[in-house]
Order: sequence, then C-alpha cells, then structure tokens
Amino acid sequence: MNPLWLSHFTATSSIGRGLDQMLAALRQRRGGLAPCAFETVDLATFIGAVAQLDAVQLPAHLAGFDCRNNRLALLGLTQDGFAEAVRAAIGKYGAQRIGLLLGTSTSGILQTELAYRRRDPATGALPADFNYRSTHNTFSVADFTRHYFGLTGPAVVVSSACSSSAKAFASARRMMAAGLIDAAVVGGVDSLCLTTLYGFNSLGLISDQACRPFDARRNGISIGEAAAFALLEHVPEHLDADAVLLRGIGESSDAYHMSSPHPDGLGARMAMQDALRTAGLEPSAIDYIHLHGTATQSNDAVESKAVQDAFGSGTPCSSTKGATGHTLGAAGGVGAVICALGLQRGLMPAGLNTEQLDPALKLDYLLENREQPVARVLTNSFGFGGTNCSLVLARAD
Amino acid sequence: MPTLTAYIEGIGLLGPGLTDWPTGQAVLSGREPYQPRKTVLPSPVLLPAAERRRSCAIVKLTLAVGLEAIAAAGLDAASLPSVFSASGADGENCHIICEMLASDDRQISPTRFHNSVHNVAAGYWGIATGAMTTSSVLSAYDASFGAGLLEALTQVVADDTRTVLLACDTAYPEPLYRARPIPDAFGIALVLAPQPSAQALAQIAVSLTDAGADQLDDAALEYLRLAIPAARGLPLLRSIALRQDQQVVLDYLDSARLTAAITLC
Repeated sequence: MNPLWLSHFTATSSIGRGLDQMLAALRQRRGGLAPCAFETVDLATFIGAVAQLDAVQLPAHLAGFDCRNNRLALLGLTQDGFAEAVRAAIGKYGAQRIGLLLGTSTSGILQTELAYRRRDPATGALPADFNYRSTHNTFSVADFTRHYFGLTGPAVVVSSACSSSAKAFASARRMMAAGLIDAAVVGGVDSLCLTTLYGFNSLGLISDQACRPFDARRNGISIGEAAAFALLEHVPEHLDADAVLLRGIGESSDAYHMSSPHPDGLGARMAMQDALRTAGLEPSAIDYIHLHGTATQSNDAVESKAVQDAFGSGTPCSSTKGATGHTLGAAGGVGAVICALGLQRGLMPAGLNTEQLDPALKLDYLLENREQPVARVLTNSFGFGGTNCSLVLARAD
Repeated sequence: MPTLTAYIEGIGLLGPGLTDWPTGQAVLSGREPYQPRKTVLPSPVLLPAAERRRSCAIVKLTLAVGLEAIAAAGLDAASLPSVFSASGADGENCHIICEMLASDDRQISPTRFHNSVHNVAAGYWGIATGAMTTSSVLSAYDASFGAGLLEALTQVVADDTRTVLLACDTAYPEPLYRARPIPDAFGIALVLAPQPSAQALAQIAVSLTDAGADQLDDAALEYLRLAIPAARGLPLLRSIALRQDQQVVLDYLDSARLTAAITLC
C-alpha cells in the first residue's frame, strides 16, 4: 500500500489528557486504573475513567449531542492542537474532501441506560429530554464531530467491537486510495457504560483488580475509556525525520465464535501477516509489537501463539492495557497513538501490573521501559465476532 | 468529482412485502402491486445449532439477504470481503438489556451481551460462511446505506476485489420505537465486482452530489424508503428492476447525496 502520513495525532485516557501527559505516565510507569466507582455500578472491579468528564461542556449549538461519549470526544479533539490541525486541513483541502471515520462500540448508550430508569410509570415512555439520534445511536460521535468542525465529506462510524478504531484507519486508507477524499480524521471514542461493565462481567471476563496482561495469574480485563484521533494525509515530498507513517494494514475475521478467539490464533496471525505484506516488510523489520493484550486467560494465550507463529519469540512486545484499561472501540486508536509517540520519542513502553510472566506465553514481553530508537512497530486490535486488525507504523526516515 | 465504478453481480432483498429480489423486481418495476406485509425472517440454517438458537433478528435478516445475493452471483461466500451497514445493532436485544440494567437484577446473559455488539451480524456471518476475509461494520444513522455503498465501492476500486454489501436494519420495540421509529426489518445485499462478467447485472458509477434524493412513486414504498435506512437503496434497485439505464440519486448525509449512473449489462 501507499504509506499515509499521520500529520497530527492525540489521545486522552485515564493516563492523561493529550500526548505530554500520556508520555509522562508511560515513562513513569503510572497507570490510570482505580477501583470502580462509576455511576451506580456495584461490581468489584477496576476501571480506567477519564477525570472530570462531567465538567466538559459541548458548544451551545451542539447541546443536543450532550452525553458522556461526545464529551470525551470533545475533550480529546481539543488536546495537542488537534482541532486547529483539522481546521487547517479544511482550509487546505476543503470541507468535503476530508473523510471522518471514527470507531466506537457503545457510543452514547449510557444515555439510554439512564433514560430507562426514568420511564413513565403509566405508559412506559422514555423521558421527553431523551435524544436517541444524537446520543445513543452508533453514528452519534461522528455526527457530533462533523458538526463541530463543519465537515461535509464522507462520514461514518466503524463499529466492530474492539477492533473499531483500528479498522477506521483501514477504511480511510481505501477512501483515500480511491480518490474520494484527500485527508481523513480517524480514530475512536468509547466511554464507560453499564452494558459493557455488566456484559463483560456476565462472561466472567472482568478482573477484580487492575488487569495484568500476560501474567500467569491474569484473570480478566479492566474496562477503560478513551478518545484517540489522527489526521491522515498523503505523504508529501518533504517530511521531518521523525514524521510517522502508516505503512501496513491487515484485516481478517476468525469465522469461529462470537466471544472466543480462534483457538490457534489463525485470524490474528492472518491480520499481522497481511499488515507486514502490505507494508512490504519482513517480520524481522518490526522493532516492537503493541499487543492487544487484554489480560483474559484465553485472549493473551491465543495472541501469544499468533505472534509467535508470525514473528517468533524475539520481538519486544507489551500491552498497555495495564495502564489505560481496555478502551474497547477506542483501543485501536489508542494503540496507534502510543506507537506513534513511541516512534517519535524512542520508547517501547513496558506492560504494567504484570508481576509474574506466564511461562506458557513465550514472547519477549517488556516489564521495563526501553528508551531507544524505534523505527517500525505493529499494533494489534481484536474484537468480539472474531474481528482482527493490525497496523504497521514507522518513522519516515 | 471522482467517480467510483463497480459491477453489480447479485442482489438480495428482504423487507415488508418484499420476500426476495425476484418478488421485489416485480413490485419495483410495477408489474405487481406492492402489498406491505410484516417481514418474515427465515431460520438461519447455515449456522450450527447453538448459534442458530442464539441468533437474533439482525443476524437472520443479514444472512438471508447476503446469501441470496451471493447465490445469484454464483460465488462462494467464504471468498468475499464484506461490508455490513446498519443504523443500529439488534433492536429487540438492546431493549431487553436496557430494561435489565434499569431493574434490580442487572445480570444480563452472556448471549445477550455478545448479541449487543454492532458487528453481531458480521460475527455470525463469519461463523455461517467460513469467511475469514475482512469485514467492515458501519453505522451512519439514516445515511447507513450510502455509507455502506461507499465503503464497498472503495474496497472494489482501491483493492481491486469483489465484495458484498449487506445493509440491514431491524426495529426497536417500545419505548425505543418512539425515539427511533423503524417499523420493520429490511435488508438489501449487493455483490459488487471490479470488472464486468457474465453474471453482471449492471454497472454503477457513484459520486457525491448536492442534488436531492430520488423518491419512489408508490406511496407505501416511499414510506418504506424514508422509514428504514437500508431502504434508502430502493431507487437503485428500482432502476435495475425497470431494466433502464438511469441516473439515480440516493439519500446519504445532510451535506451530500450519492448519484449513481446505472448502465445495464
């Protein structure tokens, strides 16, 4: 594939607003997970909540979009000069020539969960102030964002569970290659809600402590929330040496089970190998793998096997979900931003919370940060329904 | 304005009073009167027994239209990339989860939860067909058909591959119905190819436009087009049913519609 340039990127999660806070947290190995005190949730688990989301105010003319997910979107968009970069791109390319492709899994469903507590006792009707379209609906976060910027080009939400925001990069690449757009705002936003907390609990997949990816005693995920964005442009003639490029993308489906990965990691391996193939790279060219690494027993075991089959055991790798929690539909975007930051600043972040590596998982899993030049990385995102997406990012030099 | 071109090789259709593409063809061409009747979703026989039991309306709908389109094109579903586009996931399942979460007992079942994801139909599609190919799963509220069509066309054009578009919506029960009044299940599937072939029905060339969307003459069909996002694709199907080379405008976003030049093969 023709590489694309991540001309701007940003992420906001439980480890901080914007890149500086994220980098500082990663360098100091500071996690954002804390005992769950979200809403009325009565589960013994840890979550990665974004601080002070309740204080975020949407612009008055977009007040109809007000919900936790769109507040998080706005908070994320306004870090690191990202919104200014989008406005500059509109000036350069035109509002209809910029695509908007965002991933989310649950969008603003929290709004509906809360509205169901306020149903009319006589008729069962939802309260009059409930606005399905601009909050709950899956498209809401993209609809909010396009109105926020005045974007008039193609806009869509990608919603394939936990691969959503990685696959937004893939759809944007096709749209740009087909000539429909000149640039794309991509990424993902997912926020805390009861559906995912109680849902993952029903599957026995949430940990009672801060999640421990690749630990022998790992016992489930910690759910987090995040907003991550990137502006994708065609590669210009001259680039700074530390510019970050999207070099390869691999996508596949397990065709196996709704909530369990393929036991041999076949789909995951196909996605990684396709990402390498489209990048024109051998496995040995990858310096670091940002794992999906959710910290469930089966997910980490299967991903480990898939990575081993595609790369062998020698490539340094880690999961950052011990820091941010599993941000579900935003996880792919967060992974891409952490990788882009690592490429620019020379950091392979260690996994947090992992005390005793599972000896059955034969990968070079990092328990200490490595501060060294990083040239090419791969990041994995896998999800319910057997959806897999791997991205290869690289420095321009 | 760039134009995305592909060949339609197979069509699947299921909705109120439209039991398959041949029936829809007769209705849309005016040969048969349109008689709305509640959509009947077939049992997804391709799924293993356990998954068949767990499957929900959007899964049954998607499998039905997708398999019809692919059979008409004479292709193997396992070989095709796919694009799933829907305004929301399964409506009934969402309602039951929200009801439980508002009750004293929030212990939703694992099946309820994994059926709640927007890509539930894509997941079951993979299990039913064995397709390990990429699948894009999209939502754009009322623009979902147009968004799905654009994604499918960019797959065809950028990656020089066949793909299947599955645009499907199901109804929410009350009280969500009042907030999102989709009256019934409706789906359109299109197999798209980069090159002409013996089975090609029509070439479509699509670009963005400022023009307003085409309407349908039959009032009941026009109601359907406006009430269900996937039915925004009906003007495209009508043109093929009429066997006429035509330029149709399909609804998309408030900021742009899609114009499709249709040339029969």
